Amino acid sequence: MLVLQAIIEGVLVGGFYALMAAGLTLVFGVMDIVNFAIGALIVLGAYLSYSITTHFHIDPFVSLIFTTPLMTALGMFIYVFLIKPIKTNKVVMSLLTMFAVATLIEGILDICYNSGFVQIHASYINNSLRIGKLNFPLIYVLSFLLSAFLLSCLYLVTYRTKFGRSLRASMQNPVAARLVGIDTDRVSMITLGIGIGLAAIGGMIFGTTNAFNASSSYDIISRLLVIVILGGFGSVGGALVAAIFMLVIQDVVAVVWSPVWGSTAFYMILMLVLLVRPQGLFGKKGVRAQ
Amino acid sequence: MHISRFGSVASRHKVQLGAALSAVALAVTGLAVPNATAAPKPITIGISVSLSGDFSGDGKATQQGYKIWATWQNAHGGILGRPVVLKFLSDASSPTQVVTNYQKFITSDKVDFVLGPYSTKLTKPASDIANRYHYVMLEGIGGGPSVFSRGLKNVFDVSASATYQLVTYAKWLAATQKPQPIAYATMDDPFIQPMVDFAKAYLDKKGFTDAVYKVYPAETTDFSPIASAVAASGAKIAILGTMPPDGYSMIQNFIQAKYNPEQLILASGPDQGADFTKSVGITNTEGIMVPNTWIPTSNYPGNKDMVALYIKTYGGDINAINADVPEAFAAGQVLAQAVNKVGSTSNVKLQAYLHSGAKFTSVQGPVQFAPDGENSGAAPYVFQWQKGQYVPVLPLGGPDKVSPIETLRPAWGTTPGM
Repeated sequence: MLVLQAIIEGVLVGGFYALMAAGLTLVFGVMDIVNFAIGALIVLGAYLSYSITTHFHIDPFVSLIFTTPLMTALGMFIYVFLIKPIKTNKVVMSLLTMFAVATLIEGILDICYNSGFVQIHASYINNSLRIGKLNFPLIYVLSFLLSAFLLSCLYLVTYRTKFGRSLRASMQNPVAARLVGIDTDRVSMITLGIGIGLAAIGGMIFGTTNAFNASSSYDIISRLLVIVILGGFGSVGGALVAAIFMLVIQDVVAVVWSPVWGSTAFYMILMLVLLVRPQGLFGKKGVRAQ
Repeated sequence: MHISRFGSVASRHKVQLGAALSAVALAVTGLAVPNATAAPKPITIGISVSLSGDFSGDGKATQQGYKIWATWQNAHGGILGRPVVLKFLSDASSPTQVVTNYQKFITSDKVDFVLGPYSTKLTKPASDIANRYHYVMLEGIGGGPSVFSRGLKNVFDVSASATYQLVTYAKWLAATQKPQPIAYATMDDPFIQPMVDFAKAYLDKKGFTDAVYKVYPAETTDFSPIASAVAASGAKIAILGTMPPDGYSMIQNFIQAKYNPEQLILASGPDQGADFTKSVGITNTEGIMVPNTWIPTSNYPGNKDMVALYIKTYGGDINAINADVPEAFAAGQVLAQAVNKVGSTSNVKLQAYLHSGAKFTSVQGPVQFAPDGENSGAAPYVFQWQKGQYVPVLPLGGPDKVSPIETLRPAWGTTPGM
């Protein structure tokens, strides 16, 4: 029963990790940028939701109406003023730029909120659904449903819209995409906006399930990078599968054996997968080779 | 010729004017020097603090404690009659950066003394560097056993060491409760895990058994499987080796799993005052215990001044003071007492004096160093949240008045009066 419980929790928690990783993987797919600031942006999203829920007594999920557009705009701003001007050595320079953004965000949050830990509260956050002997924390269930909905939307946008076609074309061959008239700058700007907008949502969920401070980003970024590597850079579906796989493995090993070995077991599996498929589970080999 | 003559006259006038000004200046200086009181050279102390990274919360509190101590010490004559000046560098919670920082303090800034950083993890490399340059490292927040097991003679902890922090509770438990299964979960931290392991070893000897024992890595962010394992054990007593925010998440997971142990003690977290109550909710705090080395209302020397100074400087109330503050303050207090006694800034003489069995006072209580540098004079306390207040409950029969311990926690969310 404990193992079943661990699997359920792994799937539920994996859902929102997938949501956070989706932004990261999309941005890399389109722009060749590892958004190193994703952890800090998630924490920023958590703080924004925290401030809104604390000062205006608005439900954390409702707070997303305000935080998501704000963070999306921030993503577009970062692209226009920090990423787009980079003309040479784009991969390295953008990595450094995003690292600088992360440091700046952490510093500002530290000044504004001090370094004490806070957590987002709502009346239902400690509630859970019970089916037989199995326990389903309500916040995890709601977060999973929201993540599943948003990932589905992301899928539909990517595969069923004109913008999605432009996005996929930019991912597959940005030079050819430009030649056929796609405004890849616009696609990149919107993609970074979406990626960082998703961080607002991931941040709210993270803030309701964990106490956090400005430095909490470090533990997030390492996990998200691992998820994206396993799933394959650029693959939203891969991020979902990898996130759930990682959390289930870790949770099951934690309850059956030891939490210390949870990460080790996962990393061993990751190494084996990468030996067979260096591009990750759903990554496309040499897709950006041009 | 005219030019020359006028020139020479002008030059002569300039010389005369210069001589006159010089004479005035010399006279003024000559008069002033004997009466001037030259400002004493400050005592400089280098401290690495974690202002970012994993320990940033505690790191800031540590810095606050040191700053308040320096203010207090300067108001009480400084050290050797000289003002204390603190130099801080941030180590970002990194064992690599802490080494760089202390190297800079000692070799570049040439500070008179160093005081310890936050955590056992950082104190170990920091004390190695201090030892290399024959500097004493007094500290109050790095008392893991591994700090003292390396044979270093320059490191001294003014707080109760990790080994004994939970033993006060374990002794009380063994004396008052029947042997029963206990659920343990602890972070694999060099300070935290020994706290749990030594308490567990003591209780094992007294017939208590393990309902579950889980060690989790420091980078864990998802505590649900660990909390589920503890909850599934059904143990009535849970001993958790947590640091904030792990403990807060674990409590949330317990509430969600409807696991309500009769006794719940966390290695750290509930001692963080407002951070703790805001994170878990004040109505969920009833009966939760935590070991601590300091009583906020204590009459130990300097404590009331420290509390008043903290509230004046940083606001809040007595319950909002992080336990790192007195631990840092106490390290400064002991340094000042020892240096004043030695009468010089020699670290070699200071080390010899600290090893002499001399007794010191601090806001946390008496300090006397064992040969390995641990504080053999400390008496760790156990605190419990009762009706929204953070009160000392153990040890019984100690020097300080303690409140009766609540042995049965109420259901989550039912703190009386809240």
